[in-house]
Amino acid sequence: MSYSTNEMMTVAAARRLRNGAVCFVGIGLPSKAANLARLTSSPDVVLIYESGPIGAKPSVLPLSIGDGELAETADTVVPTGEIFRYWLQGGRIDVGFLGAAQVDRFGNINTTVVGDYHQPKVRLPGAGGAPEIAGSAKQVLIILKQSNRAFVDKLDFITSVGHGEGGDSRKRLGLPGEGPVGIITDLCIMEPEAGTHEFVVTSIHPGVTREQIADATGWAIRFADDVQTTVAPSEVELNALRDLEARTAAAHGQAPGEA
Amino acid sequence: MAEILSLHDAVKQFVNDGDSVALEGFTHLIPTAAGHEIIRQGKKDLTLVRMTPDLIYDQLIGAGCARKLIFSWGGNPGVGSLHRLRDAVEKQWPHAIEIEEHSHADLANAYVAGASGLPFAVLRAYAGSDLPKVNPLIKSVTCPFTGEVLAAVPSVRPDVTVIHAQKADRKGNVLLWGILGVQKEAALAAKRCIVTVEEIVDDLKAPMNACVLPTWALSAVCLVPGGAHPSYAHGYYERDNRFYQAWDPIARSRESFTAWIDQYIRGTADFTEFKAKLASAEVAQ
Repeated sequence: MSYSTNEMMTVAAARRLRNGAVCFVGIGLPSKAANLARLTSSPDVVLIYESGPIGAKPSVLPLSIGDGELAETADTVVPTGEIFRYWLQGGRIDVGFLGAAQVDRFGNINTTVVGDYHQPKVRLPGAGGAPEIAGSAKQVLIILKQSNRAFVDKLDFITSVGHGEGGDSRKRLGLPGEGPVGIITDLCIMEPEAGTHEFVVTSIHPGVTREQIADATGWAIRFADDVQTTVAPSEVELNALRDLEARTAAAHGQAPGEA
Repeated sequence: MAEILSLHDAVKQFVNDGDSVALEGFTHLIPTAAGHEIIRQGKKDLTLVRMTPDLIYDQLIGAGCARKLIFSWGGNPGVGSLHRLRDAVEKQWPHAIEIEEHSHADLANAYVAGASGLPFAVLRAYAGSDLPKVNPLIKSVTCPFTGEVLAAVPSVRPDVTVIHAQKADRKGNVLLWGILGVQKEAALAAKRCIVTVEEIVDDLKAPMNACVLPTWALSAVCLVPGGAHPSYAHGYYERDNRFYQAWDPIARSRESFTAWIDQYIRGTADFTEFKAKLASAEVAQ
């Protein structure tokens, strides 16, 4: 089956969620990938949304972080304060699954401003739950489309910390979680290099060239010694994803591509 | 004891110019009708507190009611930017607005601390983030037992909190369910609290351990069916996703925004009239 680069991205991200993992899910691309994982390889993945649902099993993708279906399909719904206090800060989240407006080579995330904070060129939505997810989840996965506007050499603002300045930054900051372990894009998968914690390309999606990746990265991106080729989406994965998007579009009255 | 009042009277009596006001509701049960009434009554110099400003604060900010915004995520969920918030921050329209920015975990903890009567909240947060550099109220505290350095943030204790809920009984006891966000904490953190409800019933029939706010902890209860639109009220109506999308072009320009506020909010007597006007406009389309 032929597939789009966006489908490859979502499928590659979904594969990273092991069955049974407790996953704190951001809205948008992370939610799509996490639900695809639940519908394919990882039926027992536990999805937690910051609005309060724990163990949500939505049949369509939520448009907002607090859609009613998340509550109706959850094992339990708790207050938002409890989500952050008991479940995240309490150390019960295996994987924090985040999107981003911009990332840098150490997996630090900006969702606050482009330009100066006090005189911004572009004012972005802000932190939401991400800073503490990035700090306290045992591991973090980041999913976003790759471009040199999104993958920048230097962030104007660090909203949520990844590996800080690299090396043992996280340890020095006293952060409990391991930090970002993968950035999944529409072109490739990046993982932190041992020691430096700089993200390097470890797997290239089928048909993508190294030049494309370099052009779409705002820093001098490096490639691991043994770069893999990402396994193309299977028919099962693609069908599950397309069905999910079609159900979502029908439920929300959108065109299929918008879901 | 909560008084059963009209929304007009509750806002007139309990929301003053210059107050800090929290209109809470996390995607669910957003007290939109109360936001409209604050605009209608021309309240000003408000410090608005809310985790997710959403359309309700886009309207209040664009209408010139706010002096300051305390928040943690400011977007139109599933759609994009809050254009009135951005215009106020980026271009000081209709006037300059001070922003005090936090994370969700921070504000959620700050409401818990406020409801607990504490001056600050403590949480494990912000290490490595630039937010403390732009918000001097984010400080740190050292644990006296372990030596761990943790974040300390001021509690949120609004002059008045407004929330929307499903049901009240005739005494003014309030029941809400579904996604609760920080509504209970925001209600108990505030000096005064207004609750708008979908219906008033003889008996709440609340299950044990349900989220019930007793009448004696509230100031006013107002019957406003549909008052959370375009957000939703679980068990009553769904989120109006199309309105969230329709808001984007309305709010994009100052002219179209002002025309909308003049027509739909300042040009209507109350939420019932607003709903009727909105419905007839949708039929015309």
